[in-house]
Amino acid sequence: MTALTAAPVDASAAHAPAVALHEVSVRFGQGADLFEAVSRVDLCVAAGEFVAIVGPTGCGKSTLLNVAAGLLTPALGRAEIHGRPVAGITREAGYLFQQDALMPWKTALANVAVALEVAGIAQTEAQQRAQALLTRVGLARFLHRYPHQLSGGQRKRVALAQMLIRDPAILLMDEPFGPLDAQTRGLMGDLLLQLWQADRKAVLFVTHDLDEAISLADRVVVMSAGPSSRIVADHQIDLPRPRAINEVRHEPRFHALQRAIWDDLRDEVMKTYGAEMGGAA
Amino acid sequence: MKRLQLTLLQIGVGIALLGIWHIVTNYPLLGDVKTARFFFSTPLDVTERIWKLFVSGSIWKHLWITLSETMLAFVIGSGAGIVIGFWFARQPLVAAVFDPYVKMANALPRVVLAPIFMLWFGLGIWSKVALGFTLVFFIVFFNVYQGVKEVSPVVLANARMLGMNERQLLRHVYWPSALSWMFSSLHTSVGFALVGAVVGEYLGSAAGLGYLIHEAEGTFDVTGVFAGMVILSAFVILIDYCVTLVEGRLLSWRPPAAGHS
Ligand SMILES: Nc1ncnc2c1ncn2[C@@H]1O[C@H](COP(=O)(O)OP(=O)(O)O)[C@@H](O)[C@H]1O
Ligand SMILES: [Mg+2]
Repeated sequence: MTALTAAPVDASAAHAPAVALHEVSVRFGQGADLFEAVSRVDLCVAAGEFVAIVGPTGCGKSTLLNVAAGLLTPALGRAEIHGRPVAGITREAGYLFQQDALMPWKTALANVAVALEVAGIAQTEAQQRAQALLTRVGLARFLHRYPHQLSGGQRKRVALAQMLIRDPAILLMDEPFGPLDAQTRGLMGDLLLQLWQADRKAVLFVTHDLDEAISLADRVVVMSAGPSSRIVADHQIDLPRPRAINEVRHEPRFHALQRAIWDDLRDEVMKTYGAEMGGAA
Repeated sequence: MKRLQLTLLQIGVGIALLGIWHIVTNYPLLGDVKTARFFFSTPLDVTERIWKLFVSGSIWKHLWITLSETMLAFVIGSGAGIVIGFWFARQPLVAAVFDPYVKMANALPRVVLAPIFMLWFGLGIWSKVALGFTLVFFIVFFNVYQGVKEVSPVVLANARMLGMNERQLLRHVYWPSALSWMFSSLHTSVGFALVGAVVGEYLGSAAGLGYLIHEAEGTFDVTGVFAGMVILSAFVILIDYCVTLVEGRLLSWRPPAAGHS
């Protein structure tokens, strides 16, 4: 009875996808400099779904994340979070940026704790929780280091903890492991899957590494070369979970998926490559 | 070993310079000793004069005056520079409107203001504080303005995504960035506060290191001038050392090689 009376208020939101982009186009510049980065993109991420976006460099992957985050307003189309239109910053989302985004004047601990403090949680409690999470991502010994005293992989782990500590329903991750070496990428991928497995948030994960996309995601979306980039392919990844990054890559099904997606991706990468070589000549 | 060698060389240069000074003013190698002494005094006389100044205790009053003028100019100038710098950086229209006037005011050599300040604030410490203020203010103002403007857009976007409102952004992002720029110019601004104080004293006052030197010059007391200069240099080095200590603590988050200036 209680469920019946309480449910109707947000009934539509409960079934709406966590992230929905409808016919989204983004333009930069004006007049002769007008540049359409992405054109009429439709993309949905269901609650609890892990979606990876791959595509050639400069095709507008970060741009799409920024639209979902509310940092960028599309020229055309709509962005919705849990069925509600995006207006201003998307509070339900955590964003792991492609570039270093930690506050360089705060220690690892302070960088993570501040995310709770600004939400009104007392400093001691915020610091305890930040310390617990940093310990989980393997940084117990580096709590009081400043970002410049950490390695690239350690900084990414601090950023991961900073994003996760607020417990956002949606994770937007932009090539989070891009600059890291192969071993660290594998470790970070396993860590991410382990954290994600616990509470299955909706994830929109951008990467230029197809293997990484396949081993992490439920769905891999391929974008075409820019400008006016679109989504050209959408592949369901039916590999069983839980997965271990380094093992899943040896499965035959992985290779079949890899070949199928690469067929779509290769043409787009070659287009971008050709355009850049042509531009340089 | 390297370090020790360097220190020995540094001391050696000092002794050599003092030695030349001593010989030239005591032995008639380059002409008349009396003339040389009139223009350059002698190292022993200067040392004796400094000794007397400290033993008699008369120097402490002058040091204290100069120090308080420096500190006041620094504190008031920095405070105003921070507030106005922040205001301009957050209100681009205000900054654009005032831009030519700020440039004009900053282009003015401050020495010409000294007589006006004496007219307005009298011959006491406040005219010197005002002179130091006009120097410190602009340094701090420009740095704070830059610090707020140059906050990394990614750090800012990240802070927004963490749920910070404008007030929290100010506290956790803009303010630390502005302060780091201000602290990176700490040596310059403290130095200019001192310049303002000493120049002000030199141009008209009844106390302070600048006054001491000016007074000695008025009576062709070269020994007094040199003694004043030595004390002033030592004073500057001491203050600069204190600034280095403070700076090391405040900017510990910054990588050692990176600097804004
Ligand atoms: N602020 C901007 N102004 C103009 N062009 C931009 C801006 N941001 C991105 N672009 C352009 O939009 C395209 C997509 O950029 P981005 O989303 O960063 O690509 P990527 O897929 O590599 O993340 C690129 O061609 C880039 O040059
Ligand atoms: Mg990108």
